[in-house]
Amino acid sequence: MTRWLSLAVLACALASGPAWAVNDPADQLPDAAQEERARAIGRELRCMVCQNQSIEDSDADLARDLRRIVREQVAAGKTDAAVTDFVHTRYGDFVLLRPPFKLETALLWGTPVLALAGGMLLIRGMRRRRVAEAPAELSPDESARLARLAGGRDP
Amino acid sequence: MSDDKRGSAANPWRRRSLLLAPVAVAGVAGAGFYAMLRGMGTGDYDPRGVPSALLGKPAPEFTLPPLEGAERPGVTGADLRGTRPVLLNFFASWCVPCVIEHPQLMTLMRDGVAVLGIAYKDKPEDSLGFLRRHGNPFARLGVDQPGRVAIDYGLYGVPETYLIDPGGIIRWRWAGPVTPEILTQQIVPLLRRTA
Repeated sequence: MTRWLSLAVLACALASGPAWAVNDPADQLPDAAQEERARAIGRELRCMVCQNQSIEDSDADLARDLRRIVREQVAAGKTDAAVTDFVHTRYGDFVLLRPPFKLETALLWGTPVLALAGGMLLIRGMRRRRVAEAPAELSPDESARLARLAGGRDP
Repeated sequence: MSDDKRGSAANPWRRRSLLLAPVAVAGVAGAGFYAMLRGMGTGDYDPRGVPSALLGKPAPEFTLPPLEGAERPGVTGADLRGTRPVLLNFFASWCVPCVIEHPQLMTLMRDGVAVLGIAYKDKPEDSLGFLRRHGNPFARLGVDQPGRVAIDYGLYGVPETYLIDPGGIIRWRWAGPVTPEILTQQIVPLLRRTA
C-alpha cells in the first residue's frame, strides 16, 4: 500500500515538472523545438550571481541576459556545443553545472567511486573478521570438564 | 588458534577507535570551517572568488559609445593596448559598492593611472549624475546599456575591475569594490610589475 502511494507521489512529482523562471513569453523562442533546446542548454549553465541555480531557474538580471544570448544563438542555428562553449570561454569551468573531467576535477568525479570501493573493502573486512571470530574448538581441559558434567556419558 | 586470541585482544581497541572516528571527523571539519571563516574575515578566502576564465588571455574586442555630457571619449578594445597598463572598471549609478570604491579610483586617476570606465546597464543621465556627485576618474568612458560587453568579459556584477597589461592581456580581475587595501596590496604592485 505505502509502496503504491509513494510511487504515485513520485509519478506526480515527475509529471508536474519544474517551474521555469522564463515566464515572459517575449523571452521565449517561437519555435517550440528550439525553445526546448535552449532550455536544455540553459539548465546546464550556472547562474553566476546566485551560484546554485541554473540560468533557467534564476530571476537574476545576468541569468536573463544569458538566457537571451542562448536563445539568440540557438535561433541563429548554432549547435548546442557551440552555445555552451560561448559561455564556457567567458565564465570558465565554474559556469558548467556538470564540470568537465580533468586533472583538477578528478577528485570531484572520483569521490563516489572511492567511497564505494572503501565501503566494499570495509564490508569485506568485517565479514572476514566475523568468520575468524567463530568459536574455537574445545581445549582438552574443556572437553574433560564437559565430559564430567555430562555425567560420564560421551558428549 | 593463537591468531584468534590476538584478534580478540585487538578488538576492544578497534571498537574504541571506531567510536572516536566521528569525533575526529567533526574535529577536522570544524578546523576547516574555522579556517574558512577566518579567511573570509581577513580577506584571504573569498567563497565567490572564482578566478576569471580570461586571466592571461587577450582582452575581448569591443566598441562602446561615449557618455553624452561626460566630456570623455568612448572606449574600444584598441584603447586597452599601448605603452602602459590600464584598469578597466565596470560601474553603475545604482550600485552601492561602486560608491565605496570611487575614492580609490579617484586616487588612481590623480596618480596618473589610466582608468577606463564602462557604465553597465545604467541610464546615461544617472551615470552622469553619479560622476558629477562623486567625481570622474575615467580617462575614457563607454556606455554598455545592454550589458553585452560585460558578458564578453565574464562579468558577475558591478563593480568589477580588470587590469590589462600594455600587450592587451588581462592580468588581474577583482569582482567587488576596490578597497584601500586592494589598492595598496594588489593594484599598486601589479601596476609596477606590468608597467
